[in-house]
Amino acid sequence: MKILVAVKRVIDYNVQIRVKEDGTGVHTDNVKMATNPPDDNAVEEAVKIKESGKATEVIAVTIGNEKAQESVRKALAVGADRGIHIITDSNVEPLGAAKILKKIVEKENPELVLLGKQAIDDDTAQRGQMLAALLGWSQGTFASNLNIKDKVLEVTREVDEGLETLEINIPAVVTCDLRLNEPRYASLPNIMKAKKKAIEQIIVKDLGVDIANRIQLLKVEEPPKRKGGTKVNSVAELVSKLKNEAKVI
Amino acid sequence: MSVLLIAEHNNSNLKVFTLNAISAASKIDADVHVLVAGNKCENVAKELSAVPLVKKVLYSDSRDYEHYLAENLSPLIVKLSERYTHIISSANTFGKNFMPRVAALLDISQVSDIIKINSPDTFVRPIYAGNAFATVKSNDKKKCITIRPTSFDPAPTSGGSAPIEKIDAVDVPNISKFIKREESKSERPELGTARVVISGGRGMQSGENFKLINAIADKLNAAIGASRAAVDAGYISNDHQVGQTGKVVVPDLYIAVGISGAIQHLAGMKESKVIVAINKDGEAPIFSIADYGLEADLFEALPQFLEELNKLNTIQK
Repeated sequence: MKILVAVKRVIDYNVQIRVKEDGTGVHTDNVKMATNPPDDNAVEEAVKIKESGKATEVIAVTIGNEKAQESVRKALAVGADRGIHIITDSNVEPLGAAKILKKIVEKENPELVLLGKQAIDDDTAQRGQMLAALLGWSQGTFASNLNIKDKVLEVTREVDEGLETLEINIPAVVTCDLRLNEPRYASLPNIMKAKKKAIEQIIVKDLGVDIANRIQLLKVEEPPKRKGGTKVNSVAELVSKLKNEAKVI
Repeated sequence: MSVLLIAEHNNSNLKVFTLNAISAASKIDADVHVLVAGNKCENVAKELSAVPLVKKVLYSDSRDYEHYLAENLSPLIVKLSERYTHIISSANTFGKNFMPRVAALLDISQVSDIIKINSPDTFVRPIYAGNAFATVKSNDKKKCITIRPTSFDPAPTSGGSAPIEKIDAVDVPNISKFIKREESKSERPELGTARVVISGGRGMQSGENFKLINAIADKLNAAIGASRAAVDAGYISNDHQVGQTGKVVVPDLYIAVGISGAIQHLAGMKESKVIVAINKDGEAPIFSIADYGLEADLFEALPQFLEELNKLNTIQK
């Protein structure tokens, strides 16, 4: 079984994002970037499945500008076999990304596609489900456990009420929750080795898919500021304020 | 123009977030139709019929819909979508699971997790875990939208009498099967919907010390959260993590204990109505967003807090 893992390069989760003064977006110049955290879990799971002998190859794919390649390199450094970089400078909406990934699936014929459950920049949580829809495949979203059986996957999903277990047919698309596993760190020798692994570069327009944006971004602004900063002097004062002023207890 | 809302339920009763979604839907257009797809879920259809903002209930009964598998629900919603300009659901794990599948089948670019409706095609939604708000305009003819339940008031539940129309089930692909659902065993409320949340951070120093937090949570009927630092340190399991990479919570009262206030944690709780911070470092960033900050050693403050709460005779459940 081949596994395709999609990774996205986003602003590092530790960075305080800054909204641009003109309201067109957020500052990304000279800002630390990293792989979207749950995408790391997707890569880790794919590598673990390969290590267990149930997969033959792990291919990491990303969509983005020149630098997006770093996320593919990172996947290669922790055990993915080869990479694909779909090059585009434009912001691709989830629907467009799903259409691109469908093309890659048709080319590579994986039986399992793994993605993070949500990208921490646009927070849409759509790509995996959209890809499954376009392929007509089954889907397992927000997966916190994955068990490959003969022709099916047993997926445990994180749902609001607790956990849900499904059995979904292979081929399938699975989106990964942070609880799925503990992503490993790349060792220095493996980082060096990863530099020799191949990354195929594909210009997005060569795929011939319509990725024109349907959603117009009119404005990005800072959320209303909280007027916090008030201190209390004692626990008794705190409890009294919570009861009588805020009326929340 | 009519909007189609997909109801969340457990086949016996409506889930509360559907009511928030109904009130959001009614702000787009008054002609709100609600789809109840499930197995022997007639009672849910009746409940919805009584909601005054609902103009029509579409009721589709089939064993295939019992567990709301996205693969099975999507063909039904796609078929019904012809009559509607907007397809809406709540942006919880229910709506997040099937709506993108529906949107892709309809070749629609979905607008996720909206918190405000400016017009039938323009919405405000949080990005970067709420660190920025984006105003977006959907140029698709038909819209697929998920709404953040906590941003809209729940619709009133009685006084209406909407007609209930039976809808035939459609063929399903048979590529997925429900095995089981384990509801969280905790006696405590769910982190995502709790009215009060108390969270511990690295300052707790050990998992054992979370018993101080548990005692207060018991008293306030609160859910227990944690910062990523506390989770990474192994004090508590990561399903308790509040933050950008954990859960985003919007309780009436959020109590942060021994949490310095890393950006990624703030992203998950700063929309809470009232925020309390207890930390011995007076310079901790958490204080800048706290409505009530207490600069104190948590190992002294928490037992005192419990004592003070015990003194109050009217604890609201």
